[in-house]
Amino acid sequence: MTSTSTPYAGREAPGPRPPLARGERMGSVVAYFVDVYRRVWRGSIIGRFLSPLMFLLSMGLGLGTLVDRSSGGVDGHTYLHFVVPAIIATQAMWVALGESTYQVRSYFKYNRMYDAMLATPLSVTDVLVGHLLTVAAHLTVATVVFVAVAALFGGFASWTVLLAVPVAVLTGLAFAVPIFGFSSRSDGDDGFNILFRLVITPLMLFSGTFFPVSQLPLVLQPVAWATPLWHGVELSRAAAYGRTDLWPCLGHLAVLLVFVGAGWVYTLRGYTKALVR
Amino acid sequence: MRSLPFGTVVRVTANGSATPAERPTRRRPAPTSGPILLARGLRKTFGEFTAVDGIDVEVQAGESFGFLGPNGAGKSSTMRMVGAVSPVSGGELRIFGLDPASDGPAIRARLGVCPQTDNLDDELTVEENLWIYGRYFGLSRAQVRERAAELLEFAQLTDRAGDKVEPLSGGMKRRLTIARSLINNPELLLLDEPTTGLDPQARHVLWDRLFRLKRSGVTLVITTHYMDEAEQLCDRLVVMDHGRIVAEGSPRDLIARYSTREVLELRFDADDQAAPAAALAGVGERLEVLPDRLLLYAHDGDAALSAASARGIRPLSALVRRSTLEDVFLHLTGRTLVD
Repeated sequence: MTSTSTPYAGREAPGPRPPLARGERMGSVVAYFVDVYRRVWRGSIIGRFLSPLMFLLSMGLGLGTLVDRSSGGVDGHTYLHFVVPAIIATQAMWVALGESTYQVRSYFKYNRMYDAMLATPLSVTDVLVGHLLTVAAHLTVATVVFVAVAALFGGFASWTVLLAVPVAVLTGLAFAVPIFGFSSRSDGDDGFNILFRLVITPLMLFSGTFFPVSQLPLVLQPVAWATPLWHGVELSRAAAYGRTDLWPCLGHLAVLLVFVGAGWVYTLRGYTKALVR
Repeated sequence: MRSLPFGTVVRVTANGSATPAERPTRRRPAPTSGPILLARGLRKTFGEFTAVDGIDVEVQAGESFGFLGPNGAGKSSTMRMVGAVSPVSGGELRIFGLDPASDGPAIRARLGVCPQTDNLDDELTVEENLWIYGRYFGLSRAQVRERAAELLEFAQLTDRAGDKVEPLSGGMKRRLTIARSLINNPELLLLDEPTTGLDPQARHVLWDRLFRLKRSGVTLVITTHYMDEAEQLCDRLVVMDHGRIVAEGSPRDLIARYSTREVLELRFDADDQAAPAAALAGVGERLEVLPDRLLLYAHDGDAALSAASARGIRPLSALVRRSTLEDVFLHLTGRTLVD
């Protein structure tokens, strides 16, 4: 099979082309990740659906029945209502981790997709924002699915639980943004192992997810306050309870925004160093 | 609840489907005259290490230009600077007359880059790889599809358009990477070791494709450590060693200047090369002693072989061949191109 066509048969002649708007550049990055997702969405949706469902059944209904019977719920709420908003925030953390550790490293090291993108008019910021927007979309879908499932089990006291969706997206980004930077700097598996075992697992257990932070020994309580997950859990819980204590909520919001903002600086620096050599 | 602003939604959809190229506010910048690529005293350092040590290069439109040298000579660092992704450490660099420090995106919009290692998405199909890449350059869906179909034919991959990339052969992946680098109709195509790691047949197919590109007017800048590749593809080349340019010219010029018309290769048993080397003094222009053979540079290789026989030299094997860029490289750097 020999082709006689020259590659310039197309209508467009070579030459300078008009610059793209920032939105178009980032949009083209998002479009790539959408293509990637189209390949894997079945497995991903099942995982996104099943793992929170299992948490809901075991923690909310199984453990919840025990807690409600013996102590009459937590802070005047049933254990199910107490734990479901926390699972929403925790799920967001796990989704964020899934998208920002091995995935990110493969775009640097294995298929080198970031290098391929940067050989085009795209900038490091375009690539990074485009990728993070994709993570935000994953977080939104995962949270909406979970809220819908939990609603079937009577998991919420108030319709204001819908506010837990943006809260979960923000909580996820408070992890994803800095961890993107961590992944841009990490070489072997050691870094990720430490991250998962020494940071993420303790966070999940001690951030007021399954029991209130006030149950922790006094010395450990400030540790919980420093973690983004606790703030996400508290904010999510406030949304699900329909609580209106404004100032604490603004405080939690501010901490999450600081993690996103500081994470952005750290991550953009890591990306630039790794990609613009 | 207020009623939904239906009108707005419809207008947004209509706008979204308009192709960017058709918008009247967009204007193409004027094309440039002068050299496509100009480097003066160009340097690249990584901390203490100097990868590129002050090189001067000028490439005109339509030319096919090569950087020849061993691994670590600074070729890839140069290519990454020319590709407007790696910042210049010193000296001056202009691509299309533009400064990569300030006009990176505008330069990259007009470049095609085929990196040393294929960075395709193995999980996507052949044509999807082209489509996503076209979008990075702002091509509309229709433009991308049309262009991708042309390029798949050019790369002889039309049959595999809907297949995943992962099972393709090395040569096919390489052709796909080159096809992808052409999606934006580049004026300058950068090829970093385009055929490294390919079998001879795949290399020849690729050379044929690159030759067609050259003929259609694309400026090619190629790095290679294959002498035959440089001789096949380059109108003009520079030989790089340790970050510097050690020679410049057309393959023919360089051979004429730094080598002889023919070379006589003599092989002996490993440890008795010293005696024949001494006995050959005065035969031919120059003698190179390699670990496994002697290279005798001469205008007439057969005459040199007769002269050697007349002196009682009995090699295990003798071969008369035309001089190549390999010989030029050996002469310039004093070592073989093995690393």
